[in-house]
Amino acid sequence: MRMDTVSRFQERGPVSDCLLRVIQDPAQTATTRLNELPDTLTVALGCTADILRDDDLQLALFVLYGLSYGGVVAADDEWEWAPALVAARRSIERMFERELRSCVPRPPLPVANPDAVAAALFELTSPDPGPSLARYVAKQATEAQLREFLIQRSIYTLKEADPHSWAIPRLTGRAKAALVEIQSDEYGGGRPERMHSAIFAGTMRALGLDDRYGVYVDNVPAITLASFNMMTMFGLNRRLRGAIVGHLAAFEMTSSIPNRFYGNGFRRLGYDSVATWYFDEHVEADAVHEQIAGRDLAGALAQDEPTLLADIIFGASACLTVDGWASEHILDAWSADRSSLRSPLDASAHAA
Amino acid sequence: MIQPERPDAPTVIVACTNGPLLVRGQVDIVDATGIPVEHQRKTVALCRCGVSTIKPFCDGTHKLIRFRTAPESE
Repeated sequence: MRMDTVSRFQERGPVSDCLLRVIQDPAQTATTRLNELPDTLTVALGCTADILRDDDLQLALFVLYGLSYGGVVAADDEWEWAPALVAARRSIERMFERELRSCVPRPPLPVANPDAVAAALFELTSPDPGPSLARYVAKQATEAQLREFLIQRSIYTLKEADPHSWAIPRLTGRAKAALVEIQSDEYGGGRPERMHSAIFAGTMRALGLDDRYGVYVDNVPAITLASFNMMTMFGLNRRLRGAIVGHLAAFEMTSSIPNRFYGNGFRRLGYDSVATWYFDEHVEADAVHEQIAGRDLAGALAQDEPTLLADIIFGASACLTVDGWASEHILDAWSADRSSLRSPLDASAHAA
Repeated sequence: MIQPERPDAPTVIVACTNGPLLVRGQVDIVDATGIPVEHQRKTVALCRCGVSTIKPFCDGTHKLIRFRTAPESE
């Protein structure tokens, strides 16, 4: 995986346009554009119909978080903590969180002990026998659709585990130990070539895609960015540590079986074990992680900090809801013989 | 108060409700002829429902067959 960053994303509206121009300059150089950002943002937040599908606001939040992740967008490091950009991030987060809390279903809360919380999370995430993106990939996705699938997934997966790692110092005791146990495995157990993000990069290369982070940001729709932004928001705000823990539990619990289907789709089109390593790895790894995440992470956190129980379940439900919408977007497009990408892939962009 | 783990602490097997056996700690896994079964991670989940496609490891399929480790209470 190469580390050089994309120089600039395409703006998707006034806020992302303003922000992308602002961060082209060194942070010491206060520009008039920086002064324009708060008003531009206020107008955009005031007139957005659906912040989860708002290309301009989701790209802006993605870029702002990218300043903390690094390796997302070329910008002066000083911008990360520039008060005006932190304020912009907070404004978008406030509306994003409010919208999530109003649209994500709230299942009944279990008793705050490890067994009951694990059981409730397994129940919430129990496999749906109906049509799914995983089944489509297994049975009928074309070569081009497999590429699109990897592009959509690359926004999170080339940074796999990072959004949840923000939560490590924000937890203590049993929950912290459980999260570190999972993350250590995600990061390859000390072997960089086994890091899940690195294994995924190998799958992208096997399909002739560019594995540099962010290369395909311009191609993905707002809902794909929203899925990643949501995890980052949950991870970066200590107040939301219950939600990031619930998110990880739901993510792990809905991974093993779909990954088997994804691997089958790639095998069906003749790809070898190098290309399918990522999926095969997750079949086994996430069958372990889901047990740790349900009982030792989410369950222990609920018992140790019962006030976080509602957010643990909210985070899990938010993961299912938003990732469900992102998958639905792809499946709807493919079912109608359309591309799921916001802008079609340049034919030259995936020449190996 | 949880005591610090002793260096010779035994390997622990967690019998997960409606799920696999989670093995945490040093363990050698061998097949019926004694040949080691390769495993990369420190904590492994062993299939308990019998339908995993990657036995002896768990692949989560117990959820599709609604495997239960205790009789349903209702």
